[in-house]
Amino acid sequence: MSRRHFMGHLAASGALALPAASLTASLRAHAADLKKRHKAAILLWMGGGPSTIDLFDMKPGAQTGGPFKPIATTGDVQICEHLPLLAKQMKHLSIVRSMSTREADHNRGRYYMHTGFVPNPNVLHPSYGAVLSHELADQVPELEIPPFISIGGPSEGPGFLGMAYAPFVVDSNGRVQNLGGGVEEDRLHERLAMLSELETSFVSQKRGGAAEDHQKILTKTVSLMSSQQMQAFRCEQEPEKVRERYGDSAFGRGCLMARRLIETGVTFVEVDFGGWDNHADIFTTLENRLPQLDQGMSALVEDLVERGLYEDTAVIWMGEFGRTPRINTDVGRDHFASAWSTVVGGAGLKPGIAVGTTDENGLRVTSDPYTSQDLMASICQALGIPLSKTFTSLNGRPMKIANGGRVIKELFA
Amino acid sequence: MQESRSHQWMRIATLALLVALRGGVAALAEERAPQNATQPAPASGSAQSDADVVGTIDRLIATAWKDAEVSPSDMATDAEWCRRVYLDLVGRIPSLEELQQFAADKAKERRTKLVDRLLESDDYIYHQASVWTVMLIGRTGGTEPRTLVSRDGMQKYLRDSLAANKPYDVMVRELITATGVNKPGEEGFNGAVNFLLDNLDADGVQATAKTSRLFLGLQVQCTQCHNHPFNEWKQNQFWGMNAFFRQTRPLRTREGNDILSVQLVDEDFPGQDRPPRDSIGADGQVHDAVKEAAIYYDTREATLIAAFPTFVDGTEIGHSGYVTDVNRRQELSRLVIESEYLAPAIVNRIWSQYLGYGFTRPVDDMGPHNPASHPELLEFLAVQFQAHGYDLKRLARWVVLSRPYGLSSRGGKGNAVDDPTSGETPLFSRFYLRQMTAEQLYESLLVATAADKATGSNFDERQRVKQQWLAQFTVEFGTDENEEANTFNGTIPQALMMMNGALMRDATACKPGTFLHETATGKLDDDKKVEQLYLAALSRRPKGNEVALASKLLAARKGNVPAAMEDIWWVLLNSNEFILVH
Repeated sequence: MSRRHFMGHLAASGALALPAASLTASLRAHAADLKKRHKAAILLWMGGGPSTIDLFDMKPGAQTGGPFKPIATTGDVQICEHLPLLAKQMKHLSIVRSMSTREADHNRGRYYMHTGFVPNPNVLHPSYGAVLSHELADQVPELEIPPFISIGGPSEGPGFLGMAYAPFVVDSNGRVQNLGGGVEEDRLHERLAMLSELETSFVSQKRGGAAEDHQKILTKTVSLMSSQQMQAFRCEQEPEKVRERYGDSAFGRGCLMARRLIETGVTFVEVDFGGWDNHADIFTTLENRLPQLDQGMSALVEDLVERGLYEDTAVIWMGEFGRTPRINTDVGRDHFASAWSTVVGGAGLKPGIAVGTTDENGLRVTSDPYTSQDLMASICQALGIPLSKTFTSLNGRPMKIANGGRVIKELFA
Repeated sequence: MQESRSHQWMRIATLALLVALRGGVAALAEERAPQNATQPAPASGSAQSDADVVGTIDRLIATAWKDAEVSPSDMATDAEWCRRVYLDLVGRIPSLEELQQFAADKAKERRTKLVDRLLESDDYIYHQASVWTVMLIGRTGGTEPRTLVSRDGMQKYLRDSLAANKPYDVMVRELITATGVNKPGEEGFNGAVNFLLDNLDADGVQATAKTSRLFLGLQVQCTQCHNHPFNEWKQNQFWGMNAFFRQTRPLRTREGNDILSVQLVDEDFPGQDRPPRDSIGADGQVHDAVKEAAIYYDTREATLIAAFPTFVDGTEIGHSGYVTDVNRRQELSRLVIESEYLAPAIVNRIWSQYLGYGFTRPVDDMGPHNPASHPELLEFLAVQFQAHGYDLKRLARWVVLSRPYGLSSRGGKGNAVDDPTSGETPLFSRFYLRQMTAEQLYESLLVATAADKATGSNFDERQRVKQQWLAQFTVEFGTDENEEANTFNGTIPQALMMMNGALMRDATACKPGTFLHETATGKLDDDKKVEQLYLAALSRRPKGNEVALASKLLAARKGNVPAAMEDIWWVLLNSNEFILVH
């Protein structure tokens, strides 16, 4: 049987036809085509809940203040002395100091900050990456790699938007396991043609969403296997100077990879930097890890600005909550959600300012408090997604984008 | 016909029961005749026969169908059901011989016979031990360098317990109160200690959260920091529970930097050496931290409150920190076992293990804020489970022999609305498709392909390789709480692994010793060979169009039958029909 016959058959059989047929064609597609402007976002996720009172809303002299000193920045704010490089970029970033939420458990906080919704046993809500990919991925039809990529951590899932918007999780070295190494191309085509039939026949038996999802994922996987765009994961292709600037840490490599991915046309990248659950010895721990945050985050912002990507790319820095102003007897701080900070920038958000205030001990918000859904609404607004947008969950429930949050007005002044 | 008869039978339960005990209506119970016909006559709340329990499950589920105006799917075919029950009970698909053996059994009660055989098999013990290990210490517990946990020790404890079919309440007591050494082969070994060893850091916060979640179905962890906004749990309840774990200490035996073994012991607890002045207890009294072994916690208002061992229902025990006065973990285990939450929590979990969804979502967040979908059934099963001496095997047996478990996964005309993936309350009117777990997939691939026979590795080596393979699907969160996410969820990395991974390459290479080699180079004609592959992977024969597709592949390989068989085998193992439990 000729190859031509199989290609024809493949085209007729549907499901896997398109990507399989483009297996060769896509080898010719180049990243250059993708460099046109597209809206995107990068979430720097600080798993564990960083002590924002020690980083971005310092209380020098207060009993709760801790030992670190504030330093001046290029913006109209002061931040922690252990973030000197970031201080130079603060003219591009703003701090929301009036975050006030109610979820001080890791799981609940992670879910809430990623989705704008509190956990509900009956609905799985889509996370930032899924929502933004759903709304924005069409801008780059040439994209062959997933629009939602999570580096070094699992992020949160696509909820009712389905597995097509699930995060594609890679480690901080960007290794994508099992990308190739199968059989030769002709044989793969033949296998895929037969697989396509089998998939379609099972799905047609009304077995439910899981069978359909499997079919969609196979299609995407085949497309990915053949894509030149996978080069975006290869940070080692960057000049040594650039790599040094971002820092030789998992977080630094993740930030560099995030920039490469956005450049390639990806909609949403999450860079996971865990280890902020500092119930004990917090100040020693912070002194050791803040340099990594400082290098990676400052290099990312600077690089995005220099490459002209920053105007269309929102950057969000946050964890699931902040930490108690009270320093506990293990010299740690515990979970605290009622008054804490996040940092945002890019995509035209007003830079260099601090939004909101907390009291002299950092115990409560003394200005208009903001929530996860407010932050999410602001990011959507900045990226041009109308807040009137409503999703319908699978059980028919209408759901406002960003849970109907209100825009943080100071960021749009 | 059988349905309506069985329905009617349930309406006259008492009478039928008496008859059933005499063995008169075994046929009415379909294949669910009790193995042990010498059950004592049941009274309300006391142990009922297995057939009765299963009958009540079916009746209560059918009532809910009626109320929701759905009609159930048809029953699954024997082969579908056989594949499903192998996956769920022993963690892998049936081998070709096992499938043929079941198909050849013409006995009316063949399903019951198969379930009983599987429940008594070693594979059941291995698979359930692996399920419980993940539940107790996660997918990564004991795999990191310098860990306190012995994964082997945990598994050995569970295998021994499951092999003895240890009553669940005894197992829970042993896990909560365990003292001894973590590693098998060491003097004083007690594998049960590994559960707490994995969860003891940060003042037993995780031990508190996990004990409540796993054994009581109560999510108290959010109240570590504040009263819970939605459920009834308060911050003092978390710390009251936490105080039970404060006599517990891990003692390490080291050699240089390496931890050789860890012994878990009970030690007198002198109270937390925290500012004893201004330490106001929940009772408003000032407490002397030295005489009374208190712990302290911060409220959101940043005041320090003392806590003493107090069970979630408010039951207090003595405040003394001396183990000889009060052994706090012993007391906790007693309270857990006597708790009204114990039985419903495990029933809910086991139901969800086999049916894909529990009676609450999530399965371990029970309570008035999250009402159960089938409250009467949950309660009935909890009572029966207790009345039958907390017999886990029996509970599993009831569930897999029930009608909802035996339904086809194909949607019927009357139950399109019954789709819990859309957030609807599950009605169990069809068998919900579910992805094999990573463990099930691994074992199923080995069973289908006999790939391990070709490589000829021994048991320990096989376990190591399996662990390594499983590790690629686990990602840890950056918190102190040992949280991890399982990324084996049907996404691209998983599809890549199935298409190109090393395991798959081994599984689909026609090497001597493998099932594929045996089939491909055997004497059967080509169509029969294809049929063997279908049966082994999908537990069914190929359909007409599939036979035609296979011939095309054979033609494309120009008569190279082994190569064509490799292709077909690869296709089958990559199909949704293979990777889903259906």
